[in-house]
Amino acid sequence: MRKVLWIISLLIVASLVLAACGAPAAGEPVVVKETVIVEVTAAAPAAEATAAPPAAPSGYGETLKTVQARGKVICGANSQVPGFGYVDAAGNFSGFDVDYCRALAAAIFGDASKVEYRPLTAKERFTALQAGEIDILSRNTTWTLVRDTELGGNFVQTTFYDGQGLMVLADSGITTLKDLEGGTICVQTGTTTELNLADVMAAEGVNYTPAVYDDADATMGAYAEGRCDAVTTDKSGLVARRAIMPDPAAHVILDVTMSKEPLGPMVRHGDDQWFDIAQWTVFALIGAEEYGITSANVDDMKANSTNPEVRRLLGVEGDLGLKLGLSNDWAYNIIKLVGNYGEIYEKNFGAGTPTYIPRGLNNLYTQGGILYAPPFR
Amino acid sequence: MTHSTAQNSGIPFWRDERILRILGQIAFMFALGILGYFIYANMMDGLRRQGMTLGFSFFTGIAGFDIGESLIEYSRESSYLRAFQVGLLNTALVSVVGIFLATILGVILGVARLSTNFLINRLAALYLEIIRNLALLVFLIFWYAAVFLKLPKVKEAIVWPGNILLTNRGLGIPWGIPTASFWTYAWVLAFGFFLAIGVALLLVQQGRRTGRSPLVTLWASLTFLAVAVIGWLVLPEPPLRLDLPYVKGLNLAGGKILSPEFMALTSGLVLYTAAFIGEVVRAGIMSVPKGQVEAARALGLSGFQSLRLVVFPQALRVIVPPLISQYLNLTKNSSLAVAIGYPDLFYVSSTIINQSGRAVEMISLVMLTYLSLSLLTSLFMNWYNQKIKLVER
Repeated sequence: MRKVLWIISLLIVASLVLAACGAPAAGEPVVVKETVIVEVTAAAPAAEATAAPPAAPSGYGETLKTVQARGKVICGANSQVPGFGYVDAAGNFSGFDVDYCRALAAAIFGDASKVEYRPLTAKERFTALQAGEIDILSRNTTWTLVRDTELGGNFVQTTFYDGQGLMVLADSGITTLKDLEGGTICVQTGTTTELNLADVMAAEGVNYTPAVYDDADATMGAYAEGRCDAVTTDKSGLVARRAIMPDPAAHVILDVTMSKEPLGPMVRHGDDQWFDIAQWTVFALIGAEEYGITSANVDDMKANSTNPEVRRLLGVEGDLGLKLGLSNDWAYNIIKLVGNYGEIYEKNFGAGTPTYIPRGLNNLYTQGGILYAPPFR
Repeated sequence: MTHSTAQNSGIPFWRDERILRILGQIAFMFALGILGYFIYANMMDGLRRQGMTLGFSFFTGIAGFDIGESLIEYSRESSYLRAFQVGLLNTALVSVVGIFLATILGVILGVARLSTNFLINRLAALYLEIIRNLALLVFLIFWYAAVFLKLPKVKEAIVWPGNILLTNRGLGIPWGIPTASFWTYAWVLAFGFFLAIGVALLLVQQGRRTGRSPLVTLWASLTFLAVAVIGWLVLPEPPLRLDLPYVKGLNLAGGKILSPEFMALTSGLVLYTAAFIGEVVRAGIMSVPKGQVEAARALGLSGFQSLRLVVFPQALRVIVPPLISQYLNLTKNSSLAVAIGYPDLFYVSSTIINQSGRAVEMISLVMLTYLSLSLLTSLFMNWYNQKIKLVER
């Protein structure tokens, strides 16, 4: 019996060493070359993969079918950042990213409430999407190359252009990154923020200690307790979190932008139809604002508008909705039930909200922003 | 052979119980194999549909994130592999420190629980009952959020005698920095150690000859101490330079800084596991027949002597096997560090999963690592258990 144990543990240690030895010794400057991938794929499935016709990737149209059969969209959302995705005391989800999920449900079912929300932490989100636990990830997720490829998902059009910032105590006297020399910075794990922080601090030559936490509440909690000198996340997130701190005036957001953070929804690889639906839902929101269609005047526009673009978008002319695999009044439903981009923005980040963020880049291209929808034809 | 016997006795093989048993086992293994293949094929299918492959080549890529505390050199330019090693070492550190302290505290608790002194006995019982019935995660968060983060800010640090600084950025304790002569001194200590063993052997031999028991432990440790002190004084510069912690800018500097996360995790694990070890020790001691203690007292041994010379060696045989599982528990429970932000193996691995998207590979690797850590611990403890087992003749 003991012999068997020895053998098993030897095998395990050996396999660990082997697994680790695919790599050169740690600490050396790593040159990323075309290294041989340790293929674990069994022979049979691989053969099958090549046999499948490449023109129709497996999964095309499957997501929509599944969603329609289920009767609701399962949406991976944030539950801790007011403005983007937040659960109120009554257990309802609200926020900018949540409204996008509602728009998607409106486009598919003509009913914005047919959404099931899955609150996800930053590090759970991609696994949940890969595993098919959610249909769409709408959780202030930054679009990057690695996430777009290796993580098995595709980003659709960016819905919110953000940048990373730093928040410190107003009386700390810290105004620049250099002032943080030797300090501690709270950051949430599994975010691009964590990587940007490391990049920027290395570029500036500032020594710091990261204090890394699992979710937004823990990160902000540690900052509030004084565990760190500063806390970093997307500027919009800082604004949103500051609004719910006991004394918002005691904290300042530094005038430092550390990165580009284009935030948007993400879908799984392999179903281009679903990608198109998610993509054009964003464009419908932006287009509606551009053409001045709001939830209040959408019925009037549908009945009386003479603008062909508006008529096509609202399904009076042509069959744009059918091309997406939806009904022809998909965009009408979105605008009627959820509103256009501007309405959603005002509701979540407008001047009257505690999470006020000036529109800045997130404005139509005609208004000095960079929001731009392709033609509806 | 079996078959022919079955034929000889006239029973057809499908009714021969010996053959049926073997066939049943084969069928079971076959079903298990099919289930395993099904799960594997399903996973591969899912990965293929997303255009992902399995493999560890990503391990050499640049990690890109920073880690708060590390026993080895690490920066954002290090590889994922390096980050993984940092996590592994942090887990090992917490486990080793935790097991060491929990054992000491556990033995004290177990003995106190059996004390005839009413107050000691009741206090130990109270402690054991409260701690054993708490959820470990809650306990850890209590230590982190309610104790170590509530310490004063750096500028208002509490200073304890011996220059120990308490702040919510960590505990600063004085620490020795090795100087050039450190390794020479290590050799001196090794020499002292062997000299002490030599002295001990000599004394034991002399004791056998004269029939009088000499003070072996005392003289051996005195020898070692003498060599250590002389070595320290004789060397041109002292092997360790004392480094005191102090407040520098926004943080502590100098000495050794123990982060609040490390402190919370270690204290939580030690205090929690010690309660279980205490019960194990109590059970072990109670398994020694009362007659043994009475006999020891009748021979004139003091309370402590009878505990050390008679009770404990016998109790150890009962204590060690459950003690092994407590050690394993402590090691595995250290993965709860994820809740309080201590960068242990599991924590760093989940960051790697998130930044690289390699969930299947990393989770398998983490499971294998915990498995090997546990098996290594249990192999060592089993060896120890064999060694102290009652030799039966």
